[in-house]
Amino acid sequence: MSEHTVYQPKSALGRWFEERLPVIGFTKTHVLDYPTPKNLNYWWTFGGILTTMLAIQIISGITLAMHYTPHTSMAFESVEHIMRDVNYGWLIRYIHSNGASMFFIAVYIHMFRGMYYGSYKAPREVLWMIGVLIYLVMMATGFLGYVLPWGQMSFWGAKVITNLFSAIPFIGEPLVTWLWGGFSVDNPTLNRFYSLHYLLPFVLAGLVVLHIWALHVPGNGNPTGVSVKSKQDVVAFHPYYTLKDGFALVVFLLFFALFVFYAPNYMGHAINSEPANPLSTPAHIVPEWYYLPFYAILRGIPHKLLGVIAMFGSIFLLFALPWLDTSKVRSGAYRPIFKQFFWIFVAVCIGLGYLGSKPPEGGYVVAARILTAYYFLHFLVILPLIGLLEKPKPLPTSISDAVLAKNSRRLAAQPAE
Amino acid sequence: MPAMLRRPLYLFTALALALTLAGPSNAADPHPAKEVDFSFEGPFGKFDRAQLQRGYKVYKEVCAACHSMRLLNFRNLAEEGGPGFTEEQVRALAATFQAQDGPDESGEMFTRPALPSDPFPSPFANEQAARAANGGAYPTDLSLITKARAGWPGTFRQLVNGLGGSEYVYSVLTGYEPPPAALAAEQPPGRSYNPYFAAGHWIGMPPPLSDGQVTFDDGAPNTVADMARDVAAFLAWAAEPKLEARKALGFQVVIYLIVLSVLLYLCKERLWSRIDH
Repeated sequence: MSEHTVYQPKSALGRWFEERLPVIGFTKTHVLDYPTPKNLNYWWTFGGILTTMLAIQIISGITLAMHYTPHTSMAFESVEHIMRDVNYGWLIRYIHSNGASMFFIAVYIHMFRGMYYGSYKAPREVLWMIGVLIYLVMMATGFLGYVLPWGQMSFWGAKVITNLFSAIPFIGEPLVTWLWGGFSVDNPTLNRFYSLHYLLPFVLAGLVVLHIWALHVPGNGNPTGVSVKSKQDVVAFHPYYTLKDGFALVVFLLFFALFVFYAPNYMGHAINSEPANPLSTPAHIVPEWYYLPFYAILRGIPHKLLGVIAMFGSIFLLFALPWLDTSKVRSGAYRPIFKQFFWIFVAVCIGLGYLGSKPPEGGYVVAARILTAYYFLHFLVILPLIGLLEKPKPLPTSISDAVLAKNSRRLAAQPAE
Repeated sequence: MPAMLRRPLYLFTALALALTLAGPSNAADPHPAKEVDFSFEGPFGKFDRAQLQRGYKVYKEVCAACHSMRLLNFRNLAEEGGPGFTEEQVRALAATFQAQDGPDESGEMFTRPALPSDPFPSPFANEQAARAANGGAYPTDLSLITKARAGWPGTFRQLVNGLGGSEYVYSVLTGYEPPPAALAAEQPPGRSYNPYFAAGHWIGMPPPLSDGQVTFDDGAPNTVADMARDVAAFLAWAAEPKLEARKALGFQVVIYLIVLSVLLYLCKERLWSRIDH
């Protein structure tokens, strides 16, 4: 894609600096003048929202770390110390704990948007795969963070999830002992989880840089899936998308604030307000809501090792998505059959999430197995097949044509005055 | 392509409806808590100072015999957004308790009258002592009890009505009843029947309140239901002492974000009207 402008420093100092570190020119090319398709809808605003959420989590998390004590006998009390005695500690902690949920809400919307509009298709396969990697690291970070308050669900969640690795043949048991740093989830486990929980967000930040880099090579996709063909198809990122993304971001923050201030404990588990007790198992051990679909897959399969493989497989499958979808048409908007299967897939994921929150008994297990089977069918059979069988709708010749056609339809629909 | 395949969405909807069978309901699940109106609920809710003071009295005279509140200090009772005791009242109140301090210059521990900076004293030295004195049952710490228990299940109900922790406390305190005939035979010794109790129907705590047990300084009514409501409110404050500050700041933040989003929207509309989009 051709650059719109080349930065020409006006002052001698500016030229001197730019020759040594062209960071201003880089910012101008990649942030301010970055050519962006002019037909992006609001589903495209979640990338910016996610970047902001990562920043919010890192800033609130570093502040919490100033007051938190990663020791089994003090972790729970130190969190309550933050809630009660640190100035605005309650605010920082509720931002961080609800921020994790908001981060996942945004990432799920972002991922489903990518799936609907075929954002993973050539030439954006690497961009998509880095995204899947970001999602995996997010899940690890969220899990590690949930252990830190050392409540009942922290402890038992850590126990259940780390125990999954014991299903690996031969090395499973020693591996789990190595992960725990002992023979049970205990102080060494909490210490290393804290250390890793502090590390991984910076790994995420690095991956986000790669993600955006990989985005800026081919440029943004767009709702038509048709590549950018001329200058008529694009606008400068600033001010067009800084304002549009900014508006969407503030609306998202409003949604976030409603939880922080008016339902701060809604996304969590009541039982985590009880200190960890290795001798008393809670009636239902349930992970945070954002892991529930995978938890349902894990428990639906009656064999432990196969369950673990299916659970991880359901995520790793996403790496292969660019090659499983055989259709040459990117956007789901022009794929009538795919579109319906997409919404079924969304419903199946939500259904799996619901089942993951229920006790593993009776009809719940049967339903979880059916939906698990469908989840894999969607990727392994349905997507490859509909790409071959479906007859897509005619594509617009360019983004501008699509925009003009939409506008003339809008004008025609308005009654003449 | 067969007609079924052309309309997979309809097929799926039919299947989903067929699969949405009512889940198995567990007979051991506790009753959902009774609905109670508390002054601190809702976006503008505030604690009722007099109610918190009465609730503290119920805790001090009844609950504190067995239940600790390790996370609370006497000074909290005078803090903003709480029961509204004055500093002098709290100092006098704390002094009625003894606190261990030391070691002194000769290396001995000693007791002295408690200060506002001291934590609420715990009734037992450790869990074992507590269990030994309570027929094997452990009276749980009450600092966070209204956050640690949900009054009712339901993703939607919890969003609309809150988690119901205070309602849970109220329901347990007022929920003692004779066991149903079918269960009466299996009543364990020293346990009472309480269908609201989270850990199974048989609760180790005998009914703790009786009508008129605590006399309130403001002459407020003191039936079991009144005392239960007051102490539930007190425990809600103890679990969430910054609730008032949170809701007040939340209102400002929400107004600010609404105004900002409207301004941004108008700017964005104006800007984008310059181009075909």
